Amino acid sequence: MIQAIVFLPLLAALVAGLGQRAIGPFASKLVTTGALFTSCALSWPIFLSFVFGTGQAEVVTVLHWVSSGALEFNWELRVDTLTAVMLVVITTVSALVHLYSWGYMEEDPDQPRFFAYLSLFTFAMLMLVTANNLVQMFFGWEGVGLASYLLIGFWYKKPSANAAAIKAFVVNRVGDLGFMLGIFGTFLVFGTVSIPAILDAAPGMAGSSITFLGMRLDTMTILCLLLFIGAMGKSAQLGLHTWLPDAMEGPTPVSALIHAATMVTAGVFMVCRLSPMFETAPIALGVVTFVGAATCFFAATVGTTQWDIKRVIAYSTCSQLGYMFFAAGVGAYGAAMFHLFTHAFFKALLFLGAGSVIHSMHHEQDMRYYGGLRKHIPITFWAMTLGTLAITGVGIAGVAGFAGFHSKDGILEAAFAAGGGGTIAFWVGIFAALLTSFYSWRLVFLTFYGKPRWEQSEHIQHAVHDHHHDDHPADEHAADEHAHHHHDAHGDGTAGYHPHESPVTMLIPLIVLSIGAVAAGFVFAHPFIYAEEGAKFWAGSMLAFDEHLMHAAHEVPTWVKWTPFTVMAIGLFLAWNSYIRNTTLPGRFVAQFKLLHQFLYNKWYFDELYNVLFVKPAFAIGRFFWKRGDEQTIDRFGPDGAATLVAGGTRLAVRLQSGYVYGYAFVMLLGLVGLASWAMVNFL
Amino acid sequence: MSGFPFLSLLLAIPAIAAVACLFVGDRNAKFVALGATLVNFALSLVMWSQFDIGGAQWQFQERSEGLFGPFDWALGIDGLALLLIVLSTFLMPLCILASWEAITKRVGLYMAMFLAMEVVMIGVFAAQDLLLFYIFFEAGLIPMYFIIGIWGGANRKYAAFKFFLYTLLGSVLMLIAMIAMIAEAGTTDIPTLMSYNFPVDMQTWLWLAFFASLAVKMPMWPVHTWLPDAHVQAPTAGSMILAGVLLKMGGYGFVRFMMPMFPEASAQLMWIVFALSMVAVVYTSLVALVQSDMKKLIAYSSVAHMAIVTAGLFAFNQQGIEGAMIVMLSHGVVSAALFFCVGVIYDRLHTREIDRYGGLAVNMPAYALFFMLFTMASIGLPGTSGFVGEFLSIAGIYEASSWVAFVCTTGIILGAAYMLYLYRRIVFGELTKDDVKAMPDLNPREWAIMAPLAAVALWMGVYPESFLAPMRGDVTTVVARLAPAKPAGDAHVSAGKPKAAEKHGEGHEVPAGEAHHAGGSQ
Repeated sequence: MIQAIVFLPLLAALVAGLGQRAIGPFASKLVTTGALFTSCALSWPIFLSFVFGTGQAEVVTVLHWVSSGALEFNWELRVDTLTAVMLVVITTVSALVHLYSWGYMEEDPDQPRFFAYLSLFTFAMLMLVTANNLVQMFFGWEGVGLASYLLIGFWYKKPSANAAAIKAFVVNRVGDLGFMLGIFGTFLVFGTVSIPAILDAAPGMAGSSITFLGMRLDTMTILCLLLFIGAMGKSAQLGLHTWLPDAMEGPTPVSALIHAATMVTAGVFMVCRLSPMFETAPIALGVVTFVGAATCFFAATVGTTQWDIKRVIAYSTCSQLGYMFFAAGVGAYGAAMFHLFTHAFFKALLFLGAGSVIHSMHHEQDMRYYGGLRKHIPITFWAMTLGTLAITGVGIAGVAGFAGFHSKDGILEAAFAAGGGGTIAFWVGIFAALLTSFYSWRLVFLTFYGKPRWEQSEHIQHAVHDHHHDDHPADEHAADEHAHHHHDAHGDGTAGYHPHESPVTMLIPLIVLSIGAVAAGFVFAHPFIYAEEGAKFWAGSMLAFDEHLMHAAHEVPTWVKWTPFTVMAIGLFLAWNSYIRNTTLPGRFVAQFKLLHQFLYNKWYFDELYNVLFVKPAFAIGRFFWKRGDEQTIDRFGPDGAATLVAGGTRLAVRLQSGYVYGYAFVMLLGLVGLASWAMVNFL
Repeated sequence: MSGFPFLSLLLAIPAIAAVACLFVGDRNAKFVALGATLVNFALSLVMWSQFDIGGAQWQFQERSEGLFGPFDWALGIDGLALLLIVLSTFLMPLCILASWEAITKRVGLYMAMFLAMEVVMIGVFAAQDLLLFYIFFEAGLIPMYFIIGIWGGANRKYAAFKFFLYTLLGSVLMLIAMIAMIAEAGTTDIPTLMSYNFPVDMQTWLWLAFFASLAVKMPMWPVHTWLPDAHVQAPTAGSMILAGVLLKMGGYGFVRFMMPMFPEASAQLMWIVFALSMVAVVYTSLVALVQSDMKKLIAYSSVAHMAIVTAGLFAFNQQGIEGAMIVMLSHGVVSAALFFCVGVIYDRLHTREIDRYGGLAVNMPAYALFFMLFTMASIGLPGTSGFVGEFLSIAGIYEASSWVAFVCTTGIILGAAYMLYLYRRIVFGELTKDDVKAMPDLNPREWAIMAPLAAVALWMGVYPESFLAPMRGDVTTVVARLAPAKPAGDAHVSAGKPKAAEKHGEGHEVPAGEAHHAGGSQ
């Protein structure tokens, strides 16, 4: 069964990708979407069997892969609790995104390619989460990277999309450098790349030391840190995050599937999968906590200033991933996985909702040109509101709330209970929760409330004009006149544009995910993060579930439980005050704190910094090596110099050009062989 | 199988066909060449199927003593040679097909040269006599030299000259070393020499003499500058065979001669190999990044890949050497494919300037797909051949030195950067230029070349066991031969000191091959 779940998407991708001419676009879409819904239907029973405690961990070997000396690994599919969680997340979101794309990509001429890439991505992601050895995990890791590259650059005619695609791949490769060195080191230390074997042996290596790049380091610390660098790349953590906002160049369903719900959580999954290993390296866990908290804070601050609706959600994703990491860092792996699980639903919902807004607003993504959309696209509005309630963590402590309430509060409570670095993470997380609430509600208010501000949007102008062109194709001039007239006459900011609610293929996923955003929290909180039930749920998955910590997290003081709710309310109030009650406030604030705003709006200048530090030098050094190294040093003193020396420059140059020299050279070679043979006969 | 002269036949078929090509006229020459190379490929596959994995080290041996004066006609192969021979016979028909329409002048001679090249390549890998090997090794220059010199680009004479000058330098030294070896050991028999213990101080200069020749062939930095010129000027098929097989002669020389014959010197001088390889990975990758000529870019990337091979070989362990071999096989397939990808669009537009292209995804989707696959194989995406080789060799290198492994691994970042940047400029973007718009997608002949290359690149990535199995025993032999001289790695893992509360009382066993690291430190 697990074979079907994993390989159906691959099969579908091949059929749709390679056979698109034979079977046509409709069949391509049907095959891929059908395969994904089948995978999804097969995944839920597996997950539920683990929830009800009847599931058994198993490993299915598919094919031998490599054996070289002691280094051996196979293509294997591992199913346990941790995998099962990921299976339902991946297949559910992917199936819904496939369906959504029927509507969203309706007018694209390249649909079979799009659907093939989506299915290929799903396959790679499934290989990643079912890996039983580090190398297969790396296969999935790189496979999702490839699919992400292809999908970000799906509209390959756009230079910005191409640049973003390459950036995503190359920045991820920086992380992969760490991941690969981590695998090599793990193999060196443990003599195997099999995950269960490593996790079994890891405690025995605590306190061991190793030399790495000339430094004497704690073995487990350096191994975990190297692997974590890989996780930082894939999960866009501070320092290696720069690719994620740019990845929004891809079609919105891609952002929902890859850059929100699944691929970017691979790093969190990796840390949880290897949690017994990380448990032996407290310093590494400290770094994980710190990086997670820093990212959580950084991304939230940037998110408050962006205008592009997708970029706000992208930074929000980055920030939420930070929560998951610091949860893992303080040892609350169950909470990290729980947030991963709920986040997948509400963040996919927010992205698909944003896609629906973009769809209805004729590809306009700038929130400055939205406003008042509540009445025009009510289902999208409600879906996004539920998503926002989920991400901001609305709920009553001790009773129930939206999905994010259970998982985010679980993380914050665990961080508080863990103490030490966890306390710092707790306060950073609280502050980030305030910002989360602010930027999430800001997005909702700017988009759905207030008066329409559509008339300044070029996309909308185009749409209106095109519309009129369609009406009066013969009389272009008149249409233009008409549009201007129209524009003036309305005076309500709509430019005469009428947004329409998205088609039903797009609304169904929104509705299904809304249910997830509402219910995923309270339905599944018990198995994921409650001490006793959690221990049972995670048993057999090798997750280092800390029962004591989760107990302690439950027993935190009441004010700790209520703080997230309080800051959420403050954030909501600030957003409401700035974007509904007193809309001039943000402008005045920006004027007052110009430098701060510039700093945040320009994403802390990471891109500029990297450009100066890495990109430009790489090209400059490359040019230097080529011109100064190869041409002016090696060639000049090597072959060219030798030629000059041997035959006298000009004469040789003339002959070179006339082609004699190479005749000579050949004769010389033959002579050499002859001489050698002669020498041989006499010598021996 | 015993007694059937596979190897002589593999040499005889292209040799006879080469002579025939000179006389049958241009039109027929193509068919003769294609037929002969296909038969040879089929024959080599039969030989592979007959090869007894885990059996005798040397198989299909043939010997007639004193055939040519002082040296013997001695042939025989082990797993390493087998795979390289199959690589050669596999690429040959594809090269002939790649030249089908591109070559219009002196076709008979051209085909004869390619067939001669096949004889020479198989000869190099099959020779069991030192001098026979040398003859084949140096003779490989001649057809390549003509292929570049006659059918090459505008600046072909400079390129041919440079190619010659570099190779000459090294080969003279190697010949002298070989003569000295024969004088010392009293035999020209390669298997005997491989287990002969040369005096250690003699090994050092023999090693250096061999190194001079093989480093050029490889090519290693800083004697690599002939390669970009040779590739740029060579016709498509010439580049394919040059990158695909000729560069592998260098690596083969390392693993067949230098390492088993001079193990102590190899261990003492491995720092030279590591240092040059580390420089090469970073240096040539950065140079590749700024190239505006497609062929030069891929040529520089070849140097970077070959640096992984040399570093992997000198890791002196199973993973390193097997990985290096897989990198060689993979690079043989993938770089040949990439040069063919260049050739396909060069045939249509007659320029190698990257900026002249753009937007090919629109009018050449099948081409774009294949090119993407080979690009990914080149940057070592798991599931393709490039990954298995790079992964194994760097895993091996890591055991020897974390520094070398670290520097080699940066190659995966730079490799992704220059290949994706190349791909983007050629295939993506807006299709604006009229002449580019007019380019048709792959024709059936081009499909017939692309498809087998793609299939092998994937096969080697998903199930490399087919390729690892034949070489396993031979690599083990080399590793065993090197073991006494092998220096300890730089890791020095100490045993764990788990807390008393932990269930395991004592440190985990360090893997067998590395046990001395654990014991030796702290």
